[in-house]
Amino acid sequence: MKVLLRNPRRELDIAGPRRVHALLNDLQLNRESHLVIRNGTLVASDEELSADDVVEIRPVISGGAQ
Amino acid sequence: MKCRVCREPAIIDVPRHNANFCAPHFLDMCRKQVRKAIDDFEMLQSDDRILVAVSGGKDSLAIWDMLIDLGYSADGLYIGLGIGEYSDVSGEYARSFANERGLHLVEISLRDDYGYDVPTATRATRRVPCSACGMSKRHLFDKAAIDGGYTVLVTGHNLDDEAAVLYGNTLRWELPYLARQLPTLPARNGFPKKVKPLVRLSERETAAWCIVRGIDYLVDECPMAAGNRHLGFKEALNTIETQSPGTKTAFYLNFVDKVAPLLSAFALGDDVVLAPCARCGAPTTGEICAFCHLVETASAHEPVPVELVTGRGARRR
Ligand code: SF4
Ligand SMILES: [Zn+2]
Ligand SMILES: [Zn+2]
Repeated sequence: MKVLLRNPRRELDIAGPRRVHALLNDLQLNRESHLVIRNGTLVASDEELSADDVVEIRPVISGGAQ
Repeated sequence: MKCRVCREPAIIDVPRHNANFCAPHFLDMCRKQVRKAIDDFEMLQSDDRILVAVSGGKDSLAIWDMLIDLGYSADGLYIGLGIGEYSDVSGEYARSFANERGLHLVEISLRDDYGYDVPTATRATRRVPCSACGMSKRHLFDKAAIDGGYTVLVTGHNLDDEAAVLYGNTLRWELPYLARQLPTLPARNGFPKKVKPLVRLSERETAAWCIVRGIDYLVDECPMAAGNRHLGFKEALNTIETQSPGTKTAFYLNFVDKVAPLLSAFALGDDVVLAPCARCGAPTTGEICAFCHLVETASAHEPVPVELVTGRGARRR
């Protein structure tokens, strides 16, 4: 599957199928600070992503000290 | 995974509530949390004139959207910080959000209205970027609220923001800061009432609200935020949160409930005498307020592009 990551923007090819929480684990991304989006829709953490999916892993942490 | 409410397929798991939700019931959960924050902390009344501080990011657009959704009327205030492309794009998100919904957005530009921008102020003051930036924003939000006749200023601070600030202040036992870290600050001494209705929602939830509601917001980070202490605190708390969900909520809300009342004697500011700044009229302890000092220093400095104060070009963080 194609995985789009942000900050900085980059794209990875990952072998599928893979469940959402496993994908985040593989990439060492904290589930508290990321959401997974497929076709504009959120995907819950136990859902399976298939080999031909295109997904975005969106970080949700913003940085300002204010 | 099924929605806790209707058993339809869930789109999000919320470990701190030990629950999963479909899209409509996730939105309901968010509304309830915001409603509860507004009621518990006496944030808003139906006849309030509300000004929302809008950055173009997820939190400020989410709270503006939720307030309208809950039946309040609220204007937005956007400050152009002059942080290169980041500011250009964030302004576009704020403007199109307002335009698409017929909402009123007030705009201020640091460069056009005050003769400086955040990168230049950072270089001129030799402080971390968020210091000059935060001070400018606080001053201008307060001023716009008072001058515009608004009765309350709303900011998009969420649970993660507040928990991270609390964590930082606790590690150093900054009692005067701890004493003032409340979700509602009443109007006083010429400052407007300030409220944070998102304190019961995590960052992940405010971002999810935007995605489910189809709100386009600026995902990319402020280039001047990288590496600041605040981000480190958020990461540390999220590591704990993953192991024991609900920790951030308990840490922050129990502080507000149980500890903050014990600290009120340490709050600075309630007894100091403030007089109007000789230049801008804002309440200050000196003759000239800190913002007017900043304007004087930063606007005298030649403009500094953002690239020179981030990454390798930065002098200090
Ligand atoms: S991260 Fe810092 S410099 Fe960037 S907008 Fe937020 S407060 Fe300003
Ligand atoms: Zn449901
Ligand atoms: Zn002043």
